[in-house]
Amino acid sequence: MNFSEVFKQSNQLCKVSPDGKYLATCVQYRLVVRDVSTLQIMHLYTCLDQISHMEWSSDSLFILCAMYKRGLVQVWSLEQPDWHCKIDEGSIGLVSSRWSPDGRHILNTTEFHLRITVWSLCTKAVSYIKYPKACQKGIDFSRDGSYMALAERRDCKDFVSIFVCDDWHLLRHFETETQDLAGLEWSPNGCVLAVWDSCLEYKVLLYSLDGRLLSTYSAYEWSLGVKSVSWSPSSQFLAIGSYDEKVRIINHITWKKIAQFQHPATVESTKATVYKEVERRPAVGTDEMSLHNITTGSTLFNTQSKYEICSLPVQVPVVKPDPDRANPKIGVSVLAFSSNNHYLATKNDNMASVVWVWNMQMMSLQAVLEQTSAVRCFQWDPCHPRLALCTGNTKLYLWSPGGCVAVQVPTEGGFQVHSLNWHCSGNSLILLGKEQLCLCYMETDEEDK
Amino acid sequence: MPESSLVKDGRSSSVEYGASPLRQFSQSSLLLHRNSYMLSTFCTEHNVQQCLSHINQEISSLGLPPVWTESGDSSELNIVAVLNCMYDLIQLQRRGLRTLESMEVEQLKSSSSIDHLQLTITRLKEQLELSKRENTGLLERERQLQLKAKSLQSCLKNEKEEVQKLQNIIASRASQYNHEMKRKEREFNKLKERLNQLLVDKKEKKQAIDVLNNIGRADGKRSLWKTEKTEAKHEGEMYKTLLSDYDARHRELVLENAELRKVLQQIKKDMVSILSSRKPAAKSDKPEHSGVQATSEEEEEEEEVFDSSKESVELYCFHAREKLTNSIRLQWRRLKSHVERLDSQASLVQMVESKNTDAVPQETQEEEMDRLKLEIQQCKDFIQTQQQLLQHQVSSACDEETASLLSNCYMLQEKERLGDEWKTLEEQRKIFERERKNFTEAAIRLSHERKAFEEDRATWLKHQFLNLSPFADSKKTPLLKSKSAFLISAETEAAATVAPEKLIKCPSDTASPTPRCVALASASTTDLCRTLCFIPENSSVQPKTNGEHVEESGTFCGDVFVQHQQWEYSEDHTLSQEKNSSI
Repeated sequence: MNFSEVFKQSNQLCKVSPDGKYLATCVQYRLVVRDVSTLQIMHLYTCLDQISHMEWSSDSLFILCAMYKRGLVQVWSLEQPDWHCKIDEGSIGLVSSRWSPDGRHILNTTEFHLRITVWSLCTKAVSYIKYPKACQKGIDFSRDGSYMALAERRDCKDFVSIFVCDDWHLLRHFETETQDLAGLEWSPNGCVLAVWDSCLEYKVLLYSLDGRLLSTYSAYEWSLGVKSVSWSPSSQFLAIGSYDEKVRIINHITWKKIAQFQHPATVESTKATVYKEVERRPAVGTDEMSLHNITTGSTLFNTQSKYEICSLPVQVPVVKPDPDRANPKIGVSVLAFSSNNHYLATKNDNMASVVWVWNMQMMSLQAVLEQTSAVRCFQWDPCHPRLALCTGNTKLYLWSPGGCVAVQVPTEGGFQVHSLNWHCSGNSLILLGKEQLCLCYMETDEEDK
Repeated sequence: MPESSLVKDGRSSSVEYGASPLRQFSQSSLLLHRNSYMLSTFCTEHNVQQCLSHINQEISSLGLPPVWTESGDSSELNIVAVLNCMYDLIQLQRRGLRTLESMEVEQLKSSSSIDHLQLTITRLKEQLELSKRENTGLLERERQLQLKAKSLQSCLKNEKEEVQKLQNIIASRASQYNHEMKRKEREFNKLKERLNQLLVDKKEKKQAIDVLNNIGRADGKRSLWKTEKTEAKHEGEMYKTLLSDYDARHRELVLENAELRKVLQQIKKDMVSILSSRKPAAKSDKPEHSGVQATSEEEEEEEEVFDSSKESVELYCFHAREKLTNSIRLQWRRLKSHVERLDSQASLVQMVESKNTDAVPQETQEEEMDRLKLEIQQCKDFIQTQQQLLQHQVSSACDEETASLLSNCYMLQEKERLGDEWKTLEEQRKIFERERKNFTEAAIRLSHERKAFEEDRATWLKHQFLNLSPFADSKKTPLLKSKSAFLISAETEAAATVAPEKLIKCPSDTASPTPRCVALASASTTDLCRTLCFIPENSSVQPKTNGEHVEESGTFCGDVFVQHQQWEYSEDHTLSQEKNSSI
């Protein structure tokens, strides 16, 4: 495993182009585009203000930089550095900006969710979509980029509109049976739309592309409900994480529950391996280490981590949530399927330092990673069954079915990993610190040979 | 208890009272008698006659024969009669006394019993009083409890009312809240609308797009006008995607169904073979149990069932499915009964065998048992697979899907695991090969050196032979002794010298050599030397050569050792590399 040098970044704005060739980072009001392989600066653009959002177009030719405070969006071209585009939303304000899947339209959500403005870069045309709903995830594009589902609120009722992204033609518009729609998500094959209610009610609705209600799923009543929803990449399973600390897996044929994963405080499953991170300071003064370490320096003062395999049953640290506060820290908040559908990683909020990895073939618990501090972020390798996670310290953690490893990021000045992103090839990882970033290169099989 | 003590006292005093007058009376009467004898002058010389008559009268009044009869003039006292009379009197008196005594005793008894009864009466009275008091207390408590219950009930009622009220309030609040929410939302929407209108009306200049030059569409096409045609096209496309999805899903299901059918067919075949093989055996074994006719009928029926099932497997319609499930159910029942029969047979056999254990040898029995157990196990497995299949067939398609997925996944995982194992084995093989090569090289070098040494020795011997002098004989024997002694010490020394060398070398070479490794290495080098025959066993036969030889072997050992050590390092290195790669 190799690490690059450290670069500056602000607002954690750092993205690799969809084709995997370029790395765009924002530093204050500057946008820096580097070549991923050499890390040399290819382009440098200067925006009008501090950038609050940045996004690559799907064809990796344009970069959108949004400055929400100013209500401004600037677009830069990689092919023609002279080309520029500036969209001013004016006094209506701007809260969110994103590319349409074709990379030629920009969707701006105005303040108060008054409307969504669709700007065309081809024709300069503007169109508006009224009544967008302000919710957790009110807009979603299908994976192939042909359809957009939008949650709307009219007359105190929830609606979903499905648009054809090609020409923004309204394909379907239907009312949903929700009290307060909280989010929607297309299945990866783009044929089913999952819609879920706000946490006050456990309700997941599944709509076909043509607006038919395929099924309704509700696990229980009178208690806080859905917290997170995720489709498996094969569209075969829908995983629903809820406030009762369980994940329910729904199949794509009958739309009924086929498995339920609990997150118990005591891990007793015999099939699971429990990895516990153990921190230790290197023992100072032992003969074999002293000379060597003093000469090499830095590692002497850093704690080192390693994983120990615990024998079952294992007690997992649990924090009791405050019942008087809103949005209690309990329940499954993050769900992520591995790229090959074989594994599901989950995090239960009242066990913040633990990541659970479930085997989707056996429908059982495969591994439990108990970290020393709360897990900030985890992400699956887009090509291999490999999970990278960080806990806001100077280490990077990787899990694969073969085992678990903790790697110290070897940079000076204590680079703390707050977030991470895989490169689309799965060969490198972008580690984001508070105001820095660094690339981590995995050793691939070819290099070994 | 002052009362009881008082009562006791009274009783004791009364007893005394009771006793004393009687005694006094008897004493006084005795005294009276004596007194009358001694003092009274009842009878004197003068009044004998009167006395006699008086006594006579008295006696007669007592019912005794008269003591004196006035037979004429002779007023003679009949002594016999007197005596008799006296005796009777005495007797009478005695009897009277006895009765008196018994009366006294009786009286005592009765008085004591009276006391006792009185006592019990008082006690009972007390008890009565107590229970009365208790009763009133209980009654009071009951009353209080009833009061309490009443109050609690009223409380409960109040609470219920309160709850109802609160619920109503909550409901009203909820509805109010909902209403308010809706109102607010409407207001909000109105405001939004208004804001929108304002923005539109104002024709705000600020909201603008500023593009250097328009860019082409990603697909290179020109944008189209919105017409009904495009709308239709969109619809068509949408349905196309949906259809293709359903198509793909359908294909998957068909594939899976086909596979499951195949499995079912196989199971059926197996079952048929098993059941048919059982049939003749059953027939031959016990024809008395079931009529031949019945069995044949059964068989026919069975065959029919199988045939029908075979057909139905090929068919797709609903009826066929029903038929199929029926046939499976039938077969399943049959298999179950078969297994049950086997079970009972086994138990029967067991019983029989247990009865005549003397006749049947233990081994054959056990063998039979094992065989039967195996059979049972097989049957059970069968049953399980069949059950699963049945479930598959009956239940919806989803289970089939997941099952096939699971099985596929198992295969995949197994394959992965095997691949991993293969890889590790390959790596190990590589390491071994490298090691072997190193060893062969060392062996070759050793043989070369040995050859050179041999040659040297030959030349030396030749020289010795040629320069043979008469003085040499005298020198020979001490030389031999010292050298043979030196041989042993040198051998140990060789190891000893090697070890420190190693220890000195260690820190410069690597960071983590362990002393255990040193000992091991030195041992192995001496072993190596010995096995490579550099410390010859036939040294005593050719004593002259020893001195040089030992020295040489010593240095050689060192050399070999260093090499060996390097191999180890290289091994370590490769290992560490492996670790890295695995990471």
